[in-house]
Amino acid sequence: MIVNQFLVLAAALFALGVYGLLVRRNIVLILLSVELMLNAVNINLVAFEAMLNTPEALGQVFAIFVITVAAAEVGIGLAIVLMIFRNRRSANVDELNLMRW
Amino acid sequence: MTNLLILAAEEGEHLVQAGDGGWWADTAGIMLILPFVAFGLIMAFGKRLKHQGGEIAVAALGINLVWATILFVANLTGGVLDQTTFEIARIGSGLVFELGWVVDGLSIMMYFLVNFVGLLVFIYALGYMKGDVRVPWFFAAFSLFAGAMLILVGAPNLVQMIIGWEGVGLASYFLIGFYWDDLDNVKAGNKAFMTNKVADVGLILGAIIIGVTLGTFDFDALDLAAIEHSEALAGVALVGGFLLFFGAMGKSAQFPFHIWLPDAMAGPTPVSALMHAATMVTAGIYLMARTFPLFQNLATEARGWMVAIGAITLLAIGLLALVANDIKKVLAYSTVSQLGYMMTAVAAGGYTAGLFHLFTHAFFKGLLFLGAGSVIHAVHSNDLTDMGGLRKYMPTTYWTFVVGSLALAGIFPLAGFWSKDEILATLQFEGYVAFMWIAIAGAFVTAFYMTRAVALTFFGEYKGHAEPHESPRIMTGPLVGLAIPSILFGLLNIPGVSWPGIGNFTEWLGIRVVAMGDHHAEAIDFALAGMGFGAALLGIALGWMIWGKDRNTQQARDRFEVPALYPLLRHKYYVDDAALGLVWATSNPLARFVDWTNTYIIDGIVNAVGGGTKFLGGLVYNGLDQIGVDGVFNGLSAAADSAGSALRKIQTGRVQEYAAGFVAGALILVVLFVFVI
Amino acid sequence: MSFADWISQPVNWVFLVIGLAVLVSAFRVVTSRNVVHAALFLVGALGGSAGLFLLLSAEFVAWVLVLVYIGAVIVLFLFGIMITRAPTGLDEGLDSEQKVWPALLSLAVFVTLAWGSIEAFGTNPLATTGTPTVTEILGESLLGRFVIPFEMVGFVLLAALIGGITIARRDLTPVEEEERITA
Repeated sequence: MIVNQFLVLAAALFALGVYGLLVRRNIVLILLSVELMLNAVNINLVAFEAMLNTPEALGQVFAIFVITVAAAEVGIGLAIVLMIFRNRRSANVDELNLMRW
Repeated sequence: MTNLLILAAEEGEHLVQAGDGGWWADTAGIMLILPFVAFGLIMAFGKRLKHQGGEIAVAALGINLVWATILFVANLTGGVLDQTTFEIARIGSGLVFELGWVVDGLSIMMYFLVNFVGLLVFIYALGYMKGDVRVPWFFAAFSLFAGAMLILVGAPNLVQMIIGWEGVGLASYFLIGFYWDDLDNVKAGNKAFMTNKVADVGLILGAIIIGVTLGTFDFDALDLAAIEHSEALAGVALVGGFLLFFGAMGKSAQFPFHIWLPDAMAGPTPVSALMHAATMVTAGIYLMARTFPLFQNLATEARGWMVAIGAITLLAIGLLALVANDIKKVLAYSTVSQLGYMMTAVAAGGYTAGLFHLFTHAFFKGLLFLGAGSVIHAVHSNDLTDMGGLRKYMPTTYWTFVVGSLALAGIFPLAGFWSKDEILATLQFEGYVAFMWIAIAGAFVTAFYMTRAVALTFFGEYKGHAEPHESPRIMTGPLVGLAIPSILFGLLNIPGVSWPGIGNFTEWLGIRVVAMGDHHAEAIDFALAGMGFGAALLGIALGWMIWGKDRNTQQARDRFEVPALYPLLRHKYYVDDAALGLVWATSNPLARFVDWTNTYIIDGIVNAVGGGTKFLGGLVYNGLDQIGVDGVFNGLSAAADSAGSALRKIQTGRVQEYAAGFVAGALILVVLFVFVI
Repeated sequence: MSFADWISQPVNWVFLVIGLAVLVSAFRVVTSRNVVHAALFLVGALGGSAGLFLLLSAEFVAWVLVLVYIGAVIVLFLFGIMITRAPTGLDEGLDSEQKVWPALLSLAVFVTLAWGSIEAFGTNPLATTGTPTVTEILGESLLGRFVIPFEMVGFVLLAALIGGITIARRDLTPVEEEERITA
């Protein structure tokens, strides 16, 4: 196995995540896309670890941290979505444009 | 014109050699200075004195009279001829400007006249002006006049004479307008000054022409040149002489410059007595006498014009005295008429005749004016119709006035008779027969109007409202003092008679007279004298018939007034109106032109400059500032504004778009750092 | 290494299958019209990722992924979907109108990353194949060299927890507010 196959795959996943982030209107789906991107990063990290084979398994440790932070972030994010929904009765991101010119 | 420098201009050489005047002649200059000292003293502390400064004036003339009398006595037989001058300035080519004093027969006579009559008038004024306004200024100005007059008569050259001339003119202006509270008096003063000023143009031009041509202003040199080089100087004599005569016309009130003298009566009576009768007005005659040889050069026909003017003045103005109701005006017209006599005589060539009449006239005309002042003082009115029967109340005044009138009328053996007779003789001798007859007619008119004045004032019933009384002695004293010479001084010049120890008037005038070629009769021409005397008697008789017999002046007036002649006389031949019209005609267009120039040209320029500046300012403001500078700044701010407006559209509020930007930016950076750098 | 050599390794067949699955799932995550379907497709993508981890000898990370991500995060997501009353059926207005630019942008991202990777690593082979990573190493790492980040992350989780509760708390009504003050 070469490292690039994983990297290219991760790049594809990342790009798809970007697309989803920019296109989706539902806030939850946007968060979903963000999870996708994070996942792509994880793949990258682990692939590099496999390539480098560090004695402390750096890549994998980092990947664990990423997962943990992602989880925390989802928690907060969904709490915010909840508040938004409560206030505006809608989870449509297009309607959240008060901070405009 | 070639400059004929005369030999006699060198120092020391005179027309005739004569004895030195002695210490008194050398110090005679004090007479010229003392009145000015008096002026200063009176102005400084005259107010504090008992007579408000009059004492100082009297003292000054009194001291002057000492010199005048001593010199006069010395001249009776000695024939003084002396001159003291001080060089003041010198123009390169030889014109010298000197000041000093002459001591010769003519000037001694004038010194005596001015100081003697002046002293008496000053003493009179002490009483007359008592309680009046501004008395210190009166005496100060009067002293100023006396000083200027002495400078005039003592002048060794034309320049100093002109200085004195202008000085007496100034003093005259002050004193005529003495009661300046009344605008009419101020106007009278202006009229006198202006008329004299017009005539002075001739005087100054004549002096310049003569002086520059001959290279000197000195009278001595002038006379010498006129005698010795009479043919070469014919042109100068004609032009310069006429111009000098023109100047003399103004000061001596010859027709048509006589208009100022009657109005000059607005001044206090002592002023009228001294200045406008005895002394100042004689300055013109004096000038003619001083430059006598110059006029001798002129042909008989040329001189005839001057004689004619004198004759016209004599008769025409004399007639005006017949219709005047103001006693001072009567005397004023009379003065002008007598000045006409003097001018006629001198112009005709009667040096002695004219000067003798000047001499005698000073005494009796001064007397008449002082007498009139006495009457005015008592009656508080100048108008003849307010008077009448005053001989009962004021005997001294009455008698002295009568004496003066008779002297003026030319009644034998009073002074006027002799002097007038001399004039008639001169006119006849020189061939001006027509003017001689006019002079005789003038004698008739003189007697006529003086009788009228005397009758209306002193005879009949008193018609006024005041309480007439005799004047105080301080005023009647001078009256008597002047009456005596009026009676006696005529005898000083009886033709052919020379009193032992005293000599006669002709001799007093000096040897110069003979050298100048003056004619002097050796014996009385009884026929001529008789005609003159007869004319005077006729005048008195006729006058008494009209005004003396009838106590009612109104009836008398009605009887006298000739309808045709009266309006002409009433309006004084319209000369005043003509003069005013002339002044208006010349000055009005000029004034209007100047005004037009000022409004349209000068103001126009100023307005244009202002407008132009305003326009330029507006241009800079609107164009440069508003559009240019402001434009730049406004443009900058507008650009920033539009840029801001455009850029703020980025803030859509949509998170996804922010994210898109974020990603794109990150991508670019990555590409930049990884691939390019 | 050429493509023929790469294909001949059986590991790569597995990789290709799993990779394809992941790609398809990810694609469906971002393009699905159904919200729940999108979430479930994410589950698939995440599962595939776990498989890839296994291929890369990162067993611990793989199972952590399955446990935390699929087990907790997706469940949270599903709860969030339900609470926000997202229409569980087809939703027409789910995607924004503009898709071109984001597509181009994502393509640009992909190209940049891929190109960069290829340029950098060429055909470098992976060092390990088949040998599982010992979890002991991870543990030593986490609690040794990276103990502080480890604790930090713990704090982050705590903060997220508290924050989440605080944010999502129901506002007190005026009556309850009154009671809270006076009590």
